[in-house]
Amino acid sequence: MDAYITKIKAISERLLKDGTVEAVIGFREGTLPTMSEPCFIKRSDDVKDLVWNANCRINLANYLTNRKEKIAIVAKGCDSRNIVNHIVENKIKRDQLFIIGVPCKGMNDKDTGALQDNCATCTHRNPVIYDELAGDLVEEQTNVDKYADVKKVEAMTPDERWAYFDNLYAACTRCYACRNACPLCYCPTCFVDESKPQWVGKGEDPIDVRTYHFLRAYHCAGRCTDCGSCESACPQNIKVRQLTKKLEKDCAELFGWEAGLTLDKRPPLDTFSIDDPNDFIK
Amino acid sequence: MQNPYKAYPVRIDSIDVATEDKSLRTFKFVFLNPEDENKFAYESGQFAELSIPGKGEIPIGIASSPTEKGFVTFTVFRTGLVTNHLHNMKVGDIMGVRGPLGHPYPLKDLEGKNIVIIGAGFAFTTLRSTIVYMLNPENRKRFGKIDVIYGARNPGMILYKDELTAWEQRDDINMHITVDSTDDPSWKYHTGFVPTITEKVAPQADDNTYAIMCGPPMMLKFTKPVLDKLGYKHENIILSLENRMKCGIGICGRCNIGKELICKDGPVFTLAQLKYMPEEDT
Amino acid sequence: MMKIINIDKQKWAGGVESLSKSYRLFGPVKDVDCYNFKELKQGEQPDLSYGNTKLSPKSVVFPPSEAMFTYSLDESNPEHHLLKDVPKDYSPRAVLGMRPCDAKAVSLVRMNFDTPEYRDPYWMDAFEATTFVGLACDDPCATCFCTSTNCGPFNEEGLDVLLVDNGSAYIAKALTEKGEKLLAAGGFADAGDDSPVAAKKAAAEAKITAKIETDKLSEKVIMDLYDAPFWHDIAFSCINCCTCTYTCPTCWCFDIQDENKGCEGVRMRNWDSCMTPLFTMHGSGHNPRDKKHQRVRQRFMHKLKYFLDKYQKGIMCVGCGRCVQQCPVNLDIRTVSKTMNDYVAKS
Repeated sequence: MDAYITKIKAISERLLKDGTVEAVIGFREGTLPTMSEPCFIKRSDDVKDLVWNANCRINLANYLTNRKEKIAIVAKGCDSRNIVNHIVENKIKRDQLFIIGVPCKGMNDKDTGALQDNCATCTHRNPVIYDELAGDLVEEQTNVDKYADVKKVEAMTPDERWAYFDNLYAACTRCYACRNACPLCYCPTCFVDESKPQWVGKGEDPIDVRTYHFLRAYHCAGRCTDCGSCESACPQNIKVRQLTKKLEKDCAELFGWEAGLTLDKRPPLDTFSIDDPNDFIK
Repeated sequence: MQNPYKAYPVRIDSIDVATEDKSLRTFKFVFLNPEDENKFAYESGQFAELSIPGKGEIPIGIASSPTEKGFVTFTVFRTGLVTNHLHNMKVGDIMGVRGPLGHPYPLKDLEGKNIVIIGAGFAFTTLRSTIVYMLNPENRKRFGKIDVIYGARNPGMILYKDELTAWEQRDDINMHITVDSTDDPSWKYHTGFVPTITEKVAPQADDNTYAIMCGPPMMLKFTKPVLDKLGYKHENIILSLENRMKCGIGICGRCNIGKELICKDGPVFTLAQLKYMPEEDT
Repeated sequence: MMKIINIDKQKWAGGVESLSKSYRLFGPVKDVDCYNFKELKQGEQPDLSYGNTKLSPKSVVFPPSEAMFTYSLDESNPEHHLLKDVPKDYSPRAVLGMRPCDAKAVSLVRMNFDTPEYRDPYWMDAFEATTFVGLACDDPCATCFCTSTNCGPFNEEGLDVLLVDNGSAYIAKALTEKGEKLLAAGGFADAGDDSPVAAKKAAAEAKITAKIETDKLSEKVIMDLYDAPFWHDIAFSCINCCTCTYTCPTCWCFDIQDENKGCEGVRMRNWDSCMTPLFTMHGSGHNPRDKKHQRVRQRFMHKLKYFLDKYQKGIMCVGCGRCVQQCPVNLDIRTVSKTMNDYVAKS
C-alpha cells in the first residue's frame, strides 16, 4: 500500500497544479494508531499530507453530495460504487470528478485491528469507475459467502429472530452516526427529523429505535455497497449491517441486482420492469 | 424553588384575528389559579413559553403591559407545529404559560430620557407592552419625548390598529406609521420601508435619546446605519433578539450566540454589546 | 480531617451487598466487548477492572431520555391539559468506581443546572441523592489527557469517596459526609493508611503523555477566534453524528418534546446535540447554523472558549479522551485546541 500513496500524491499534485481540479478529497494522518482523517486539499503544497493505509475505512463518497466544484477523490472499490450511485442519483456530475482509483485488500477494524467484517467477504476490491489508478488491479475474492450471517438469521425460528434483533439494537442511543457516515443518506431532512407529521419518536422506546433502523435499511436497499462505514462509525459497536445485508441478498435474488456497478441502470426500487417477480400478488 | 419547567395553567379568554390574512392572532389568557398572576409579575420586553401539552412550547414576547391587570396577552404568528395548533384552539381551552423569562427593556435606565421606538411586522408585540406601560398616567411623567416608528408590509398587516389610532390622537406621543406599499387610496400615513421613514422622522440623537428596536433581521440591518447617521450612541440603542429556544431558562444550551444565552442573558441587548457577539450567519 | 479506610478486597463484595440494601447501585458492567455504567441488579458486582466506559456515567443524574410531566388530552378528565408531575425515585443511590475525570465533569455540569435564578429539579434531585465513589486510575489510556485539563488520575473534585487500588486492598478516602455515610453503610470501618497514595499518583500522572494546549485561550478575543479562517478546514471531515456529544461527560444540551399515545402523553427531555443540522432551526425556516463549519465551530468554541470565559473555571473538557477514541473521522479536540491556542489574528 505504500506504493499507492506515492502515486496518489503525484496524481493529486499534478491535477491541482494544472487546474484540472480545485481540490482533492483524501485522507491525512490521524492522531491515533488506528485512525486516518478525511481531508480536503486545495493547495498543491499540502499534497504531502495525504496518506493511504488500512485505516482509510470511511467512505469518502459521503463528502461528494451536492458539491459544485471540480474534485479529485481517492476511491477504493466500495467508494467507487457509491460514486456511481451518486452520479445515477444526481448528487454529483461525472464530469466534475477525477477519480483516483485505489485497489484495496481490506481495511482494519478501528477497535480490534483485525480485518473489517465487510472486507472479509468483499468481491469488489477494484474500483469499478476511475480516471487513473494508483496501483495495479488486485485479484478479486471468489470463494466467499457474502451472506453467511444472513442465512444464519434466516434459519432461526420467529421467536429466535425476535430475540436476536431485540438484542442487536438494545444499546442504540440514536446518535445517527450510522446514517451520517453513509453516503446514501443525503436527504435534506431525514424521516426521523420530520415534525409535521412526526413519524418517529425521539425517546428510548425500542419501537422507535427499531423503526429507525428498519426504515433506513429499506431506504438503502438496492443502493448499499457494504462499505462498512455505518458499522465503523457506531460508538456502541452495534452490527448495523445485519439488516442491509439481508436486503442486499434479496435484491440480488429477486432482481439480479448489485449496487453501484453501472451508470446506465437505476436501482431496482427506483424503477420497474415487466419481468419483475410478482409471485407475491395472490 | 418551584419547578421552572412547569407552566401556570391558563384559559383562553379571547382570540382576536390581528391581521387581514389571519396569520396573526392575539390571545388573551386568564390564569386558572388567581395567585399565579402575582407569581407571573413581569416587565415589558420579557417573554414567556406558551405551553400546549401534547404539542410543545413556543417562546413568545409578552404583548400586554404590566399595567393591564387580570390577564396576559400574546400575539402569535402561525408558522409551525405548535403555532398552527394554537391558531385552531377555541375560547375556553386550557393550556399553560411559563415565565416570565428573559431580561426586560431597561426602562429604569430610560427615566428622564427621550425614547424612539422602532418596530416592524409582528416584532412589535413587546414594543406595544412598553408603550402602554409608558403612556399609563402613573408612568408617563417619568419619561421624556416618545416617538414611535412602526411599519408593516401593507395596511392589512398592521397590528393593534385601534390602539395606534388612539395613540395618534394623543399629544404626549408622536406616532409615525408606515407600510411598505399600498394601493389603498384612503391610507393616510407614510409609505416606505422602516429604515427610510426612520431617516425622515427620527429625532437627531443626543446623550438623552435612546432607541428601542425590534424587527426582522433585514429591517435591523438597514436601520442601524440610519441611526448611526443620526448620531445615536451604540450603548443607547436597545434591541431584542430571538433564537430557537426550548427551556427558556438558560439550561438546555440551545439558544446561545457566543457565550450569551438569548433566553437568559437576553433577549434584550444593546448594540454595543452585540459588537462582541458573533454574527451567527457567517 | 477526612477518614482513611482500608478495604480488604476479600471484604469488598460483601460490602457492596450491604450497600445494595440502602442504595440503588450503579457501576461499570461488561457488555459484550465494551463497558458501560448500568444499574446493578441484586447481587451484581461492579467490574472494577475496566479502563473507562464507552458512555460516561452522566446518565446516572442525566438520563438520555427522561419524563418531565404527564398530561391527559381527554376532555372528560377534569385535569385535562394540565401538566402533572411524574413520580420519581430519588432514593439514595451510589455510583461505584467512577473515574476522577467523569466526577469532575459532574461538578462542571452542575454549574449549568444549578444557578442562582433557576434550579433544574430533575438533575439536582438526582445529583443530591447520589454518592459518588471514584476509582483512581493506575493505568491511564493512551488517549487520556486529564493532567492538562486541571484534573488527573487521582483527582478528588466531585467525589465523595476516592478508592485507590493497593493490591490486596483499596485505600478509601472519605472526602465528604456523604462519603463517610456510605463507607459506614458498607461496613467498611478498618482504619487505613494513605501513605502509598502519593507515589502511585505520581506514577500514574507520569504515564499520561497526551495533552491539550489551552494556556493562551483565555487571553484570546472571542471574535478573533470566531472569524478565524481555519474552521472550514477543521470541519471538513466531520459527519455531524452525535458521537462526541453523547459520549462526552461535560455535554448537557437537551431537547424537550411532547409525545402522545391516544389521549395520554408525556413531556420528556432527551439528549440533543449542537452537531445536528436542525438544532438551531427557527420556526420561520431560518437556520443560523445550517452550514457544517458553523456547527463544528460552535462545539469547539463552547468547550474551549465560551465556557472558559463565562465561568472562569477552565475549559469544558476533563480529558477523558472518549471523543478522541470514538469519533469516526478522528476530529481531535486536542488538534483543534492547539490550532485555537496558537492562533494570532492578523491586525
